[in-house]
Amino acid sequence: MGEIKDAAAIGEVGSIVCGDALKLFLKIDRETDRITDAKFQTFGCASAIASSSALTELIKGKSLDEALKVTNRDIVEFLGGLPKEKMHCSVMGQEALEAAIANYRGEAPPVREKGRLVCKCFDVTEEKIRKIAEENHLTTVDEITNFTKAGGGCGECRPEIETILDSIWTLKPPGKPVKPKKLTNLQKIALIQEIIETEIRPGLQVDGGDIELIDVDRNRVTIALRGMCAGCLMADVTIKGIQEKLRELVSADIIVEARG
Amino acid sequence: MTEIYLDNNATTRISPEVLDAMLPYLTDLYGNPSSMHTFGGQIHRKIEVARAQVAALINADPDEIIFTSCGTESDNTALMCAAESYPHKKHIITTRVEHPAVLNFCRHLARKGYRVTFLTVNHEGKLDTDLLIKEISEDTAVVSIMHANNETGVIFPVLEIAEIVTQRGAIFHTDAVQTVGKIPIDVKKLPVDMLSLSGHKLHAPKGVGALYVRKGTRFKPYIIGGHQEHGRRAGTENIASIIGLGRACELAGGNLDEEATYLKGLRDRLENTLLERCPDAMVNGDTVNRLPNTSNISFEYIEGEAILLRLNEYNICASSGSACTSGSLEPSHVLRAMGIPFSAVHGSVRFSLSRYNTDKDVDAVINVMPGIIQDLRRLSPFGREK
Repeated sequence: MGEIKDAAAIGEVGSIVCGDALKLFLKIDRETDRITDAKFQTFGCASAIASSSALTELIKGKSLDEALKVTNRDIVEFLGGLPKEKMHCSVMGQEALEAAIANYRGEAPPVREKGRLVCKCFDVTEEKIRKIAEENHLTTVDEITNFTKAGGGCGECRPEIETILDSIWTLKPPGKPVKPKKLTNLQKIALIQEIIETEIRPGLQVDGGDIELIDVDRNRVTIALRGMCAGCLMADVTIKGIQEKLRELVSADIIVEARG
Repeated sequence: MTEIYLDNNATTRISPEVLDAMLPYLTDLYGNPSSMHTFGGQIHRKIEVARAQVAALINADPDEIIFTSCGTESDNTALMCAAESYPHKKHIITTRVEHPAVLNFCRHLARKGYRVTFLTVNHEGKLDTDLLIKEISEDTAVVSIMHANNETGVIFPVLEIAEIVTQRGAIFHTDAVQTVGKIPIDVKKLPVDMLSLSGHKLHAPKGVGALYVRKGTRFKPYIIGGHQEHGRRAGTENIASIIGLGRACELAGGNLDEEATYLKGLRDRLENTLLERCPDAMVNGDTVNRLPNTSNISFEYIEGEAILLRLNEYNICASSGSACTSGSLEPSHVLRAMGIPFSAVHGSVRFSLSRYNTDKDVDAVINVMPGIIQDLRRLSPFGREK
């Protein structure tokens, strides 16, 4: 830790307002493009200081291109884990490294400066949220807050983060796409019975009606409407409603038929 | 190595006298005070003794004291009861620096359709009573303003506030969790309608509190069930803790002035020496109207959690308003309401003393703190030390 007076590259991220900040100093061998020394100064909690220290250990001796492959996950792994609400400390390490290398190569600092600001409390852009979400497979707003702090202040941007996450994962579902569960015939009948009991019958009973499940044959569900529902002019609408409900909760191909 | 405990606004140790008073009720005297038989019924009388002890500390009548499970329950009960007792009034006034027990309950009522005014404080954490006069109206059901702030120790002018509020026909509740047992309170002179206190802040155990409700104040119970506490707070009494709270109040009342002088002496020596030995440090909050046991100091350019962890290596217990210690990403709402710069909020440390602290404890802190501050500043990218 500390400063390198004649550092070849300096990367700075965070700010005193946000509650954590990291200044990374690199010594680089111009011939080989290798990082010969790395030091840091950190304003922040123990996790921030530990993340900074891990980062310098990870990149010493690496070429710049190798170093750029170091991610926040490598930092977390090096430390043997971080509390989930402190994940943003490891992200800060990765960003400081990117900023330092960009500084050395005379490029604009990556990600942070570009893009639309989503979280105004902690200065987080849409691009950063997308990048961190994709790299770490984050699917919930709380996870985004843990990794980037976005949404952790006033909370106003949380719906926006939700929308961003939706747009990421509807294009690229995380992991395996969720397949509709294949039900055995017995399970299907039990499920239909349960839905009729808990979701459908109480509604009909309010209007003095009732329902009886008569048969289930593959996707064909036969029911009988009783009480006030029997012979009601709105019976067709009721049956359609029941079909919608079962399609939504059991299987999309269900057809409901009524027997008088 | 025993701990050097300077975090007494968070919680305090149970005093040995309190524990002694409690123990029989955790062992042999386990009866239910609501029982018909003497074995249980006799305990009822002991609860009434404790009630009188609590009442005496704030010069209330015993039947104005309701035992609760904690300060938070007392606060919630007071606000809910005031709101429900005046259903036609839809306005609440509180401050931005209240404890979450009040702050979040007011936000909860705001979601239920109440208009809530959060009064702000100045740079020293002081409240401008003109703001209150401006905001209070016929529609105001309750004004809830803390007696003293838990983070800075700043004491609010509750007497003046109480007079303004009662004159306008609203209910005045004060969260006195940090003041009961530390500074004198006399409800015969202070026209407050309800006042919350908590056991574990004055050397009684956790899990017990009390709510003072002035005679004649409309009251609706918050916890509904049996007839305990004259139907004002249901649930079988937490006997041992209630007995403990009574004894703790008795002990506090007996030494109030003496203890305040002692604590102020320790606190001032701690504070002044730290300010002398650590550059770029400052006290947060009004130093005139302040609890005798509390000192909140900001050390610029460094982060509070890092300071606490270093103090922890020496077994020194304190707390901080930094974001990293708040359990959220936001630093102390109190210091931010005061307009303290972010750099100073993150580096704030609170020391809060009790009668069990000694000069040795203060020495321990002033010996290690300057070195810790210097080390961490060397590590910080901000503000190079000269």
